[in-house]
Amino acid sequence: MAKLALRGVVKRFGEATVCDGIDLDVDAGQMVCLIGASGAGKSTLLRCINLLEPIEDGEIFLDGEDISVPGLDPHPVRARIGMVFQNFNLFPHMTAIENAMLAPRRVHSKTRVDVRGEIESLFTRFGLADRMQNYPDQLSGGQQQRVAIVRALAMRPDVMLFDEITSALDPQLVGEVLDVLLALKAEGMTMLLATHEMGFAREAADKVCFLKDGNVIEEGPPSQIFDAPQHPETQRFLARSK
Amino acid sequence: MIESLPKRILTMLKFVPITCALAFMSTSAFAAGHCAAGKTLTDGKFTVATGNPAYYPWVLDDAPESGQGFEAAVAYAVAEEMGIAAADVVWVRSSFDEAIQPGAKNFDVNMQQYSITAERDQVVDFSAPYYTAPMAVLVGPGAVDTAPTMAAIKDLKWGAVGTTTAVPKLYSVIQPGSDPLLYGDTADVSAAISANQIDAALFDLPTALFLSAVMIEGSKVIGQFSADSSENPDQFGMLMEEGSVLKACIDDALAALTESGALAAIEAQWLQDSTGVPLIK
Amino acid sequence: MTRREKYDAAQRRRSLVIAASSTALVILALIILVPMAPGWEKVQSSFFNRAVLAKSFPKLLDAFLVNVMIFAWSAPLIGLLGLLIALARDAKSPALFPLRLFGAAFTDIFRGVPVILTVYLIGFGIPGLGLPRPWNSPYIWGSLALILTYSAYVAEIFRSGIDSVHHSQRAAALSLGLSERQVMRDVVLPQAVRNVVPSQMNMLIALQKDVSLLSFIGPVEIFRQAGVFKSLLANFTPYVGAALIFLAVTIPATRYADYLMAKQKRERR
Repeated sequence: MAKLALRGVVKRFGEATVCDGIDLDVDAGQMVCLIGASGAGKSTLLRCINLLEPIEDGEIFLDGEDISVPGLDPHPVRARIGMVFQNFNLFPHMTAIENAMLAPRRVHSKTRVDVRGEIESLFTRFGLADRMQNYPDQLSGGQQQRVAIVRALAMRPDVMLFDEITSALDPQLVGEVLDVLLALKAEGMTMLLATHEMGFAREAADKVCFLKDGNVIEEGPPSQIFDAPQHPETQRFLARSK
Repeated sequence: MIESLPKRILTMLKFVPITCALAFMSTSAFAAGHCAAGKTLTDGKFTVATGNPAYYPWVLDDAPESGQGFEAAVAYAVAEEMGIAAADVVWVRSSFDEAIQPGAKNFDVNMQQYSITAERDQVVDFSAPYYTAPMAVLVGPGAVDTAPTMAAIKDLKWGAVGTTTAVPKLYSVIQPGSDPLLYGDTADVSAAISANQIDAALFDLPTALFLSAVMIEGSKVIGQFSADSSENPDQFGMLMEEGSVLKACIDDALAALTESGALAAIEAQWLQDSTGVPLIK
Repeated sequence: MTRREKYDAAQRRRSLVIAASSTALVILALIILVPMAPGWEKVQSSFFNRAVLAKSFPKLLDAFLVNVMIFAWSAPLIGLLGLLIALARDAKSPALFPLRLFGAAFTDIFRGVPVILTVYLIGFGIPGLGLPRPWNSPYIWGSLALILTYSAYVAEIFRSGIDSVHHSQRAAALSLGLSERQVMRDVVLPQAVRNVVPSQMNMLIALQKDVSLLSFIGPVEIFRQAGVFKSLLANFTPYVGAALIFLAVTIPATRYADYLMAKQKRERR
């Protein structure tokens, strides 16, 4: 059974259909990359999975449980799904470690003392040990994005969603963030990425899905998608993004 | 209380003869060569300022032109004495601030129960006094049983109109036990007494009697201070511009009215007999 | 020094000299010309009278303590009530619709009525219902009038502050599993409050001045005390003294608010 499964997910914004019946499976421990042009619906799909946007039709299953039932309390579901945003979205009025401690304290009703040890070790693991007491505006983009990842990990999520997390970074800072993803993959985290980093997707992904106009046009292992794309749209997209 | 106000005034007026003979008997033309000639704001006219609104019993119904009410009557009497016809008396409205501000005035005299004090006299001119006002203690319904003694009234919660000479008197003579509350005008003091925020307020006696009879239900004037015995008796004078050339004429007129008993007659007509109010010991 | 630096330095010196001399000229003109006006002596003695100022100033300072006192207990309550009203107006749950309605009515009414009317109506009106002392004190009800009026304004400023927090902050907080309430309390409000500190400073300055309106219902604060002196001494100088005392407080406060505003603008860039 897939860790995360999407069946016929439809999302509309008014007249515009952004997701047009998307089916997608992410198995436990898999890293799946969503590629496609801007506006293809990648970000919206991630927001729908995290229940930040209600969907019009279809189902979303997390560990076999339908989390898209209308009226379902979204908060405990979101607590199980980590999400990292393109623009980091750290809370500017809190230090890095306070950013990471907030949700465990509030959602899991733990004290700072309860969670500090585990979160400090996350900071240390991702090379941020000396940055814990800094405020976001005192950190580089790469550092901020790593703090954002730590913040999501602090909730011990079942699945992590990454929404173009390197797009707002200077090129020389992209590597340090992608390294974090590789480390997470190594320890078996289930991950779904929307990304423009084709090189990274080819190297690290277990599966790549090409989205266009709210549809999954083609999916498969990176070797197939990048080296022998079947669909002409996929071919055209990859030719352009080389 | 509000609804019954006109009726109460009417009831009161029954005891007051509604004649104003003095004021309207004058038909003499403006005598050329008379003292006031050429000295008034507008030649041939006598411009008198009153409050806005003007209160009973100083001016009746806020209509000084009628000559009814103590100050209105005095104004017409003084005008007549100076040889100015009643028709040539012009009324304007003014505040105390306008009266003392520097610059040209829009009145010849300003009558609003202004107490004559040495400090004020440095800035403006006062006529000879036209009324000596004893200060009186007005108490609200909750304090009507207070004895008219200094010891008893000291402990009341006090209020006064902040712009009157009642304030220094309150501080120096009564020396209340708690800080007094001060207000902008008599209406606000009345409201404060009605709301039981203060027990007592210090006014000149005629105002106190008026308020107790008409404005504040259940209130009472429990005592008065002897105007002549205190070292600084409150005397009302007509206020004029500093260095006014008219002052001598006004003073002469007032002296003549006092001598003839006309002033006392006006007082008797418009101001309630205050002998029933006990002196505060 | 490069050519450019030399040129800039010369320009700076030049504008400094021009600014200084034009300022000096204006001040000189005021000092010389105003006293030449025919009424100046009278104006001076009735508005800028040294003896009157000396006589009244200590008592004015005393009375100003009353202003400070009323300000000190009103300001925190205004902040609290303002925040509650702002939150009430932004309440999303349909069960809380009456609260939203109340919040809207509250801000409409108290922003729409002149402060002095509210002071009169509440300061005399509610005690007139027959409350026993000391609960009918004008200090209590006058302060309440200020609190109601100012919290209506303060609530609107808080709301603008809440709106100013980028929606991505909400999304990030929600994605972590926080409830709406927690998102508001831990993420949105702290930023919103910080964003509106300069505007709220201006409200505090306005409040400091409006405390004087309580003089209409009895408390002898600085404005009333100045009025008492004015009528006793037939002189307006006590008002000038009161103005000086106000300025001594409000100018530094205004400068500080401006400084905060400028700092915030710099940080936003």
